[in-house]
Amino acid sequence: MCGIVGLFLKKDALRPKLGDMLTDMLITMTDRGPDSAGIAIYGDDSGQVKITIQSDTPDDSFDGLEAAISAAVGAPVGVRVVDTHAVLTLAPEAQALALAYLDEKGLRVMGVGESMEIFKEVGLPKDVAERFGLRAMGGSHGIGHTRMATESAVTTLGAHPFSTATDQCLVHNGSLSNHNAMRRTLAKKGVFTRTENDTEVGAAYISSRIADGATLGEALEGTLKDLDGFFTFVTGTKNGFGVVRDPVACKPAVMAETEDYVAFASEYRAFADLPGIEAARVWEPEPATVYFWER
Amino acid sequence: MPTQLDMASTELRDVNATLQAAAKAQVNEPYVIINPRGSHAMACGLDGPLNVTVKGSTGYYTAGMNKEASITVEGSAGPGVAENMMSGTVTIEGDASQYAGATGHGGLLNIKGNASSRCGISMKGIDIVVHGNIGHMSAFMAQKGNLVVLGDAGDALGDSLYEARLFVRGTVKSLGADCVEKEMRPEHLAILKELLDRAGAKAKPEEFKRYGSSRTLYNFHIDNASAY
Repeated sequence: MCGIVGLFLKKDALRPKLGDMLTDMLITMTDRGPDSAGIAIYGDDSGQVKITIQSDTPDDSFDGLEAAISAAVGAPVGVRVVDTHAVLTLAPEAQALALAYLDEKGLRVMGVGESMEIFKEVGLPKDVAERFGLRAMGGSHGIGHTRMATESAVTTLGAHPFSTATDQCLVHNGSLSNHNAMRRTLAKKGVFTRTENDTEVGAAYISSRIADGATLGEALEGTLKDLDGFFTFVTGTKNGFGVVRDPVACKPAVMAETEDYVAFASEYRAFADLPGIEAARVWEPEPATVYFWER
Repeated sequence: MPTQLDMASTELRDVNATLQAAAKAQVNEPYVIINPRGSHAMACGLDGPLNVTVKGSTGYYTAGMNKEASITVEGSAGPGVAENMMSGTVTIEGDASQYAGATGHGGLLNIKGNASSRCGISMKGIDIVVHGNIGHMSAFMAQKGNLVVLGDAGDALGDSLYEARLFVRGTVKSLGADCVEKEMRPEHLAILKELLDRAGAKAKPEEFKRYGSSRTLYNFHIDNASAY
């Protein structure tokens, strides 16, 4: 069992409150996933690249990082430390050198994007949210996950969301049964995963289909054919988010839409504090049907 | 005046304990629950006549195991609404999520919106009326009772069905193993008319088709192995 929440704002006025609203939704889903939590938040596109990294020893790893990585890539790199994570901001042309530097230093890359930042850790959702100051984060859309682990260990890298391409991420409730076979299939194509986790394979599958030219909708359709097991997936992209459930659809899902937002949650409880929820259109997404909202 | 319980300030356990004690007292009083906030197990285990209105949407297992009470949700209900209901009436003004009315033994579950997958799974005597559509695998292994659907049914309706009667007005995406369309005889039209009247549904019995078990899978027979 896991909990998923997602929020896509249609109006700019709510953007400063995105983190606050998502945090309440995430904490409500603690019963469904008390062992770790994570969030992907999409903010303004500054024309720069943001790399979110993580370290188990942030005091050591992030001390002096700004000067060292700026020197290594030969261009200024901004470093914003957020607990065990840091968000690096740099010019797009410096990305490859920066990633090579981070790899050499053994710093874990959680995600890369023009607007996406990813924060995830082991612990109760309320504690994870507080450590990262999620409430204060603004943005256009975001997805969050509370995890009750089944397919791989309770670690930071096993927490969701998983990002396997620029500005793309995936959260998952369920378990995939053909992830090892799919991992080998993807590896033959040169697409490699970093963990033993089933969801990362799902994320890599979607990213790989998009890299091959598929639209987000086509990639999500593909999960119904190529991935076996239980899944309710919510995937984030730079412009929006998508939802798909496996044909058996035993993992719960509910959606709500008003003039101001589209919201997703594993349970209606997570919507209880959203503004205007009493008048929202609330429905359960159909099995084996792809939904997405983009701006 | 109905007694009002506010879940913004009252714990779920206290609300349910109050309702359960009132039902036991056999006085059939009206209760209104406000701010349900999608709570699980709302108004479950009521054992006696009581009139409960929930102002908003609820979570898992609303009105589970209901006996004699009349419970209305003025919103949508999460998975497992009226699970194992024995008697009484449960009305959902909005949609119901998966396995609504599962294993229900009696009473009426009246869903004004849609019900999703596995509606009436293993039902054992309950009557379920869905004014909208139902999802896949509905009435799986249903043993007894009536499932009435004014809209459409999803895949594998009535798979491995026993003696429950299924009435669908719209289309059926596919029938499950051993479920077949059956002749609508006068006694079925009479049952259906009575159920539609009780549920306040404006539909004519003649518009429905009846589905039931062809009774070939009751006992294992090697020739049927591929149908299981």
